[in-house]
Amino acid sequence: MSIEHHVKLPEGSIEKNTTTLNLGPTHPATHGVFQNILELDGERIVSSEQTVGYIHRAFEKLAERRPLYQITTLTDRLNYCSSPINNMGWHVTCEKLLGVKTPKRVDYLRVIIMELSRISDHLICNSVVGVDSGAFTGFLYVMQYRELIYEIYEEVCGSRLTTNMGRIGGFERNFTNAAFEKIEKFLAEYPGVLREFENMFTRNRIFMERTIGAGPISAERALNYGFTGPNLRAAGVDYDVRVHTPYSSYEDFNFEIPVGTTGDCYDRFLVRNNEMWQSLNIIQQAYQKVQDMKGAEAEIFHADAPSYYLPEKKDVYTKMESLIWHFKIVMGETEIPPGEVYNSVEGGNGEVGFYLISDGGRTPYRLHFRRPCFIYYQAYSELTKGAMLSDAVIVMSSLNLIAGEMDA
Amino acid sequence: MARPVRFNVHPIKANIKDNISLVDMPEGYAGDGFFTTSLSKVVGLARQNSMWPMPFATSCCGIEFMATMASHYDLARFGAERLGFSPRQCDLLMVMGTIAKKMGPIVKQVYLQMAEPRWVMAVGACASSGGIFDTYSVLQGIDQVVPVDVYVPGCPPRPEAILDGFIRIQELVGAESVRRRNSEQYKGLLQSYGIQ
Amino acid sequence: MALTNETIKERLIAKFGDQLSRFEEPYGLLTFEAPKDLNLKVMQFLFDDEELRFQFLTDLTAVHYPDQAGRELAVVYHLHNLTDNIRLRLKVFTAIGQPDIFTATQLYSAANWMERETFDFFGVNFVGHPNLKRILNVDEMEYFPLRKEFPLEDQTRIDKDDAMFGRGTIK
Repeated sequence: MSIEHHVKLPEGSIEKNTTTLNLGPTHPATHGVFQNILELDGERIVSSEQTVGYIHRAFEKLAERRPLYQITTLTDRLNYCSSPINNMGWHVTCEKLLGVKTPKRVDYLRVIIMELSRISDHLICNSVVGVDSGAFTGFLYVMQYRELIYEIYEEVCGSRLTTNMGRIGGFERNFTNAAFEKIEKFLAEYPGVLREFENMFTRNRIFMERTIGAGPISAERALNYGFTGPNLRAAGVDYDVRVHTPYSSYEDFNFEIPVGTTGDCYDRFLVRNNEMWQSLNIIQQAYQKVQDMKGAEAEIFHADAPSYYLPEKKDVYTKMESLIWHFKIVMGETEIPPGEVYNSVEGGNGEVGFYLISDGGRTPYRLHFRRPCFIYYQAYSELTKGAMLSDAVIVMSSLNLIAGEMDA
Repeated sequence: MARPVRFNVHPIKANIKDNISLVDMPEGYAGDGFFTTSLSKVVGLARQNSMWPMPFATSCCGIEFMATMASHYDLARFGAERLGFSPRQCDLLMVMGTIAKKMGPIVKQVYLQMAEPRWVMAVGACASSGGIFDTYSVLQGIDQVVPVDVYVPGCPPRPEAILDGFIRIQELVGAESVRRRNSEQYKGLLQSYGIQ
Repeated sequence: MALTNETIKERLIAKFGDQLSRFEEPYGLLTFEAPKDLNLKVMQFLFDDEELRFQFLTDLTAVHYPDQAGRELAVVYHLHNLTDNIRLRLKVFTAIGQPDIFTATQLYSAANWMERETFDFFGVNFVGHPNLKRILNVDEMEYFPLRKEFPLEDQTRIDKDDAMFGRGTIK
């Protein structure tokens, strides 16, 4: 018999059956700043409300002030775990607007860098899912290989994390021999490390108990919520921008798209792991194709588009025409055709879209970033309805929520 | 022709045999079974080599901090083995990343929850001065809301720079007098931020 | 038979007649404009139709054109047909004095936060939205920052000197 039958409680004493728990914005599990206000009934989550915007940096307004090259530095800071993908996505968008066609070698080099950054993004996500379920070792093992990826970025563009890599039409300098040696070292050593990481987690009873059944989503709901990327693929839909609208010569490569079934955390973990294997496969193919290019073709690292490609610095200091083109591009004297273009690339989290409206001026009239994290975080309350409190944390980290991309 | 600079292509293995550095003893008078020195020196020595940092990572600098914490650029060598996530148990608030105006009151609240003595390190250009985001929604530096001890510039700063900032914090901690937190000057500093 | 831009255009004109206008294909993406009262009807038609099946909302945003009187705010929807791999752009214009647009949240759950963001930045009022309040900016903000008349920088800051940053003349 329930308590109400025996005791007459004073009015209004047990009105609210749920406890409110504030998770964030600063919380060890939220990697980034976003807030979740959970209503808990004991340990079950009844409902949750998300608040974002704690790192809103007004990228879209900033972009209206900056000419096309300066926007590359903004795109770095969207999904900062895999900044080269954003950089190259932006450059591919500009090339679409300006009508610049990139040579094959540039495309293959871009593919190598983009797949390396996809590996580094999935590495962080998967190892952090491990950390959140209590396993810190996996994180330490794989971070070493992230350092090697950073060294490859340094050889190409000079910077580790916010890379600002490349130009409209190609790269700012040719890849050095050291860069190729480091890529070879990565291809030789990383598969063993990834295998070790997988062995630690994939059939680990504790990890499986934590993640199987946590935050599942069906394919129809995921599509309605606008999911893309590994989260959608874990739900069973094989939508990948690299295959649907190939950019940067992705159609020349053979790779598979790993797909899950239930869309829960375990499936997302497995999909990301398998995507890392596929990325290694792609890098191997691209590297082979680049090594097979000989002679003059092996020296090409940018398109022949002098009105948009910022010339290499040594040419600017020695040749007159490069100096003039550099001056014209920086001062905004080159023609940007008016028009609107929407282009998207497959980022670490899904479809990163750039909607660029140009009115012919030096800076865009309007630039909008389609940010996958922002769009799929809405589904969080549906994913965790009825789940336990510990699942709230695991779901958050397995969705790979990056605050910079969420708030832009 | 590309620049002929090559780093770490064939890394040299470091020689770690007998290569462990220890902290120097403070100056004092030693005798048979006793050692006298000033209290601040001993307290400073203990505090500086066992800082408990609280990482307040918001954006890209947070990823560089994760790299600093990982095994390559180990932060634990400097005594910061235990990263606390509760401000009530930590000495050093490391603010890493852009702080938006929406987040400003939260930084202040976290700072207020820390117990004295507490230090603040602003890592990155955004935390120091707003960085590249001179916009309506970004706080132009966390020193608008909390007093800062060390600023580490960079976008993002290399892990070596973060370690350098941490070493400077350690120097500040070691040199601090035990009376500083009760002094008029410190109270005036907190008053200027609206903190009692 | 593969679905092409031509087929989509014919089906749309067959259903809605000349209420839809400005069909163009910049960079291969079929773009057209609908009157603001019809936005839901057009999207529902595109969603339900057996052949068209535009069931994925890629993006929802707005653009501010201060010079077009009566049509200052444009809400732009990017739709995607995943099975046939065709994209579409729908634009809906509204006047800035009365920017009411019907919400798409019943049709696409993804539109929920995207419409809140558009409201936050431009002040577009989505009629029927379950929770239309600011999402990215602080709740107390009184203006809509991405409209062209507002500046980028915070005007109350004292530590940055606009003259030293070369601001003032370049837009």
